[in-house]
Amino acid sequence: MKQVFLSGDEALAQGVYEEGLKVACSYPGTPATEIVEYLSRLPEVDAQWSVNEKVAFEVALASSIAGLRSMFSAKHVGLNVAMDSLMTAAYTGVGAGFVVVSADDPGMHSSQNEQDNRLLARIAKIPLLEPSSPSEAREFAKQAFQISEEFDLPVLIRITTRLAHTKENMEIAARKEIPQKEFKINIPKYVMVPGNAYKKHLELEQKLVRLKAYAEKSSLNRIELNDRKIGIIADSVAYLYAKEMYPSASFLKLGFVYPFPADKIKEFASQVQELYVIEELEPFIEEEVQRLGITAKAKHPSFRVGELRPELIPLIIEGKEKIEEPSTARKPVLCPGCQHQAVFSVLKKLDLTVTGDIGCYTLGALAPLNSLHTCLCMGSGITFFEGFRKGVGKNVVGVIGDSTFVHSGISGLINLAYNGTKGVILILDNGTTAMTGSQPHPGTGETSKGQKNRKLILEDICRAAGADNVDVINAYKAEELETLLRKRLAEDALSVVITRAKCVILLKREQKKHD
Amino acid sequence: MTDLKTVNILFCGTGGQGVLSAAEICGWAALYDGYHVKKSEVHGMAQRGGSVESHLRFGTLVYSPLIPKGEADFLLSFHPDEQARLVKYLKPSGKDLLPYLQQAETTVPDKKFINTYLLGALAKSLPIKEESWLQALALVFAGKRTAENKEVFLAGRNSHDLE
Repeated sequence: MKQVFLSGDEALAQGVYEEGLKVACSYPGTPATEIVEYLSRLPEVDAQWSVNEKVAFEVALASSIAGLRSMFSAKHVGLNVAMDSLMTAAYTGVGAGFVVVSADDPGMHSSQNEQDNRLLARIAKIPLLEPSSPSEAREFAKQAFQISEEFDLPVLIRITTRLAHTKENMEIAARKEIPQKEFKINIPKYVMVPGNAYKKHLELEQKLVRLKAYAEKSSLNRIELNDRKIGIIADSVAYLYAKEMYPSASFLKLGFVYPFPADKIKEFASQVQELYVIEELEPFIEEEVQRLGITAKAKHPSFRVGELRPELIPLIIEGKEKIEEPSTARKPVLCPGCQHQAVFSVLKKLDLTVTGDIGCYTLGALAPLNSLHTCLCMGSGITFFEGFRKGVGKNVVGVIGDSTFVHSGISGLINLAYNGTKGVILILDNGTTAMTGSQPHPGTGETSKGQKNRKLILEDICRAAGADNVDVINAYKAEELETLLRKRLAEDALSVVITRAKCVILLKREQKKHD
Repeated sequence: MTDLKTVNILFCGTGGQGVLSAAEICGWAALYDGYHVKKSEVHGMAQRGGSVESHLRFGTLVYSPLIPKGEADFLLSFHPDEQARLVKYLKPSGKDLLPYLQQAETTVPDKKFINTYLLGALAKSLPIKEESWLQALALVFAGKRTAENKEVFLAGRNSHDLE
């Protein structure tokens, strides 16, 4: 046993590693990125940055069906991209253990929404585990493969930014090598046509009944009887906040959260005088407790927004409303010398409406640039452009980063060409996935493990997608860019302008290595 | 290790100032002394110049990864604006180490070691052995410039009390 100091992400990765994980797939996204970064350093694990989360999910699931213990991890909105695959994976089931990690972002430290992915376990009908601390992230991850294999289902482990980026000291163990399972052709199980899927749905409902019984006995759900005047049901990091503020209260700590251990909840409720549910974001547990006909106090609906903090727990216990405090934290800005500043200053000068996307360049929306006018999700810089051309007219451009373009911009570009839309898309190519900490992507040709493979040439794929013109220009040459944009905007053609310059963070890093 | 009620230290500054490595060093030092340690940080976009906060808690058993508001024993700031923003986390008897920042800025020759100096000042009040601090410094700085680091740390540790 070795003492280490690991973040929630790293501890989770260490846990699956110890249990013989063979394949891990993801796309970078805060706060999940460090899971695959950790695994990429381990020679026994085939860890990859995939093109996007849907691809990642399917490669990982298929590896599991093919007999290897596998994992998919992503930030909460990343799992949305893989939802199509997740929903039917609950029907096919798995082969060797398959773990799905959703890293949610209560408080939206770096996300476009605050969705609570605990709810997805109920929609997909798969078991949900929720560790509270990094040491638990490791322990729960170790149990997840067993549960996955016992029930032949993907297991969802849901963590949050707070847990992902908290470090804790813990002991770790050596890796176990798990023999590969043999893949056997099984058409009724793996070919999801209606007749087969119907039977698999019936089977899934039966699995949920068995899983509920399993949750009742799981050591991950624990009653801690203490002062019985206050009884608190809590999950995730909310448990630790409540424990901090009410150390002498009684607790039902839920770790195997879905299917709900209804009998355990009833048992706990009968043992305490006043029952409370403490949870972050959605009233997921609260509604289940209500459904069971149990009277419990829960947070005022105002607490469904934002991250919890320990000092908010007494307010919840007292039934008070949340008082919104405006954030005084310094907002991130584009780095000094960043190429995006140069490009956005040109777009501003040309007084263009700019449909934007997810990446560092989203910061182009901030004053004084104010030069990015929409941002919804990955890929929307291009698809929004198409809608805006219909409604706003010709004075519009779409912008997207290189990594984001590969993630989900290509289909939008094909759609533009196919439907005869004209105008200009800019790909802001800084040669990395910068916002999440400079991960490589197909356009760099380098893998998560540093292997140099075939490089995706953006100009080629843009031409193949149907762009009439593809120009590549140095992102810092503002005057040339302005001239080029004026020319392309005046034409009746679909044009892609790739503004290219290496990210200043990468340049700095390279210089440091050189020194 | 003896039983210890949780010690709460709030580190703050902006991206690139060394806030996170200071908290990391303190975390390892407490770990080497056998305490239970939790360190929680907000650094989603730290590289882009935003506010950076790190909550470090150690003791016999630590629950919450965040310091409850008004419970910080120490506030270690790398920027006066961030100190002003987060001073509400300090308990009434808590120590605000901001005066040491000015001292570090005037006395530490290499700005890289400002965090080491501040850790030295912090170390005066913590139940952590000197050898654990030095071991943690060497680890986080990857064994680079160990002698200079030690010197600056001890200068901070032996500085006059300012708070």
